[in-house]
Amino acid sequence: MSVPRSLRRPLQLTLISNGFLVFWCLIAAFPIVWITVMSFKTPFDAFSSNPFNVILGPETRGLGLGLSLAEIVAGLALAWVLIRLGLKWLPGQVRKYSPQGMGALGWLVGVLFFGIVALVLFFAVLPAAMSVLNPFLGPLGRDALGLTTEHYEAVWIDRNFTRNFGNSMLVTAGVVTISLTVGTLAGYGLARSGTDLAFWLLIIALIFRALPHSVLVAGYLPVFIKSSEILRPILGEAAPTLYGKPWAVIIVLVSINQPFTIWMLRSFFHNIPAELDEAARVDGCSHFKAFRLVIMPVMWPGVITAGLFCSPITISL
Amino acid sequence: MRLKTFAMFVGPSLVLMLIFIAAPLVMVLWNSFHVTKPLYERVEVETCVPGFPKPTCSTSVKQQPILDEDGKLATETSFVGLDSYRNVLELGRLRSALSDWDWNAANNIEFWQALRFTVVFTLLTMPMVVGTGLLIALAVNSTLASIRGPVIFISLLPFIITPVIGALAIRWLFIGDGILTAALEWWTGHDIAMFAQGWTIEILMYLYRVWHVAPFAFVVFYAGLQGVNQDAIEAAIIDGASRFDRLRYIVVPHLMPLIVFVMLIHLMDAYRVFEEIVGFSSQAYVISLQWLTYDLLIPDEAGTRSISRASASAMLTMIGIIVLLIIPLRRTWRDRRGTH
Repeated sequence: MSVPRSLRRPLQLTLISNGFLVFWCLIAAFPIVWITVMSFKTPFDAFSSNPFNVILGPETRGLGLGLSLAEIVAGLALAWVLIRLGLKWLPGQVRKYSPQGMGALGWLVGVLFFGIVALVLFFAVLPAAMSVLNPFLGPLGRDALGLTTEHYEAVWIDRNFTRNFGNSMLVTAGVVTISLTVGTLAGYGLARSGTDLAFWLLIIALIFRALPHSVLVAGYLPVFIKSSEILRPILGEAAPTLYGKPWAVIIVLVSINQPFTIWMLRSFFHNIPAELDEAARVDGCSHFKAFRLVIMPVMWPGVITAGLFCSPITISL
Repeated sequence: MRLKTFAMFVGPSLVLMLIFIAAPLVMVLWNSFHVTKPLYERVEVETCVPGFPKPTCSTSVKQQPILDEDGKLATETSFVGLDSYRNVLELGRLRSALSDWDWNAANNIEFWQALRFTVVFTLLTMPMVVGTGLLIALAVNSTLASIRGPVIFISLLPFIITPVIGALAIRWLFIGDGILTAALEWWTGHDIAMFAQGWTIEILMYLYRVWHVAPFAFVVFYAGLQGVNQDAIEAAIIDGASRFDRLRYIVVPHLMPLIVFVMLIHLMDAYRVFEEIVGFSSQAYVISLQWLTYDLLIPDEAGTRSISRASASAMLTMIGIIVLLIIPLRRTWRDRRGTH
């Protein structure tokens, strides 16, 4: 079907629009790509004022850490092969070997196995093979690109990044689960009730959403630091100090996230026709049963979206 | 839905918000009117130095903290009225600075400096974020369908990345002789230090915030663009509307609720700017209201936290955001009354 001439975009507009898009993509990706490149160099190279020094890393290379051209080519080839295999060959194998009805488990095992094989090939087999081959390749085998993974080792092993990472994951998982459970209930209630009370609750939640977190921290801090003294009459000698405990962090973050979560989930529930739960009610369901059996099954996309929006807020803390 | 069922659905969330948001607010309000100080007593101490024929003695008066039965510092909490607010606002200094037309003196008072930056930051980045987001959405929507996926992915990168890391990434590009500063120096021929004065840091902060938030606006607008009524567009074309007219009279009105939504979210988020201050370590030049509260909260050299001043600053911050929110909320209120 040909587009009528009057509807075709003029060439200049197409050029300007796509040019702007390219420009934006450069701006969006550059700092992140650059910080990744920097992370593989020694500090001297990473903060060099000459961009080529940052990319090629002469000082890093001088320390004997680097990749030769042959290694780069081999690495790219291996990556390409692995990606092709992962996209083309793996799904068929998973389908063939996973037992009936256990597709998800089969995928988990398949991806895990494939990932481990890929990691071993990439970080153990390839470097070993290339260190044997390099001396025979002449100029191709000489180091061209300075590259060091020492910073990653330092962070992951010496600085105990695994523990921090674990804490972050634990807190995120806790916050997302509790937020969504509490939030879906409240969102549903607010969406299905047209009273003034619901409206004012939403407005107050909006104001809570706007509060700078330091306002709340100013309120928490004195209580949390003294919490063991305050809780002692109730809980006895085992009263905990809440300051710096993961589950205290989780419950606080859940509460801080609540306003946003209920606003978002409420708008999702609004889009589900009320006739659906009316039909369930006519058939004799209670409100909770209708919510659980009729509404939730069609709400999963909304819940997952809300979960995605809850989690980065948590990780960034 | 009966009130009881409604209460059961909303209850858990409401209880959480009451305990962890409303209660701390009341605490903060109470704290801002009270000051807790350790109690001191004056003690006469006689110190004697051995001497001949008799020791030389001198008495001096010392301030000494009182300990209670448990051996802890005894403290006293007293009602101070608006004193903490006065300490934060420093109205006297502001008045004398303003009467002398001395902008720098006014800018040296921490609270007013923070307020000035926070408000300018919020109001300046808002149109930039909405504009950039809209431009990207329109450009992506009209580009080839086959490259849309990767472009959307790249566009979302700045939004996904953790704010502090994003700020650090930008900072390292500019700090000292970072490559972008070096490029600017080469281009202009001047010696440039981006982190040596307030206004350059501020510009970097604005740019960073737009870079970080524009993808969010873009995603929202892009989703909205998919629902533009094609019949209305066709009708406009038949009526001879130009491209710009179609954008102005059909697309933008269609997106208006989303634009208001993005502006509202941005207003709230930009007002509590904090990560930029930490990421750029700019506290010597530029501070924000939230950073001021945080700074008052962390213990000083003597190990005391000035909780009541922090509370006063927190309350003032809250009043600020409510004032900023009144305009959009009045609109919602009017819509609400209109539908009833």
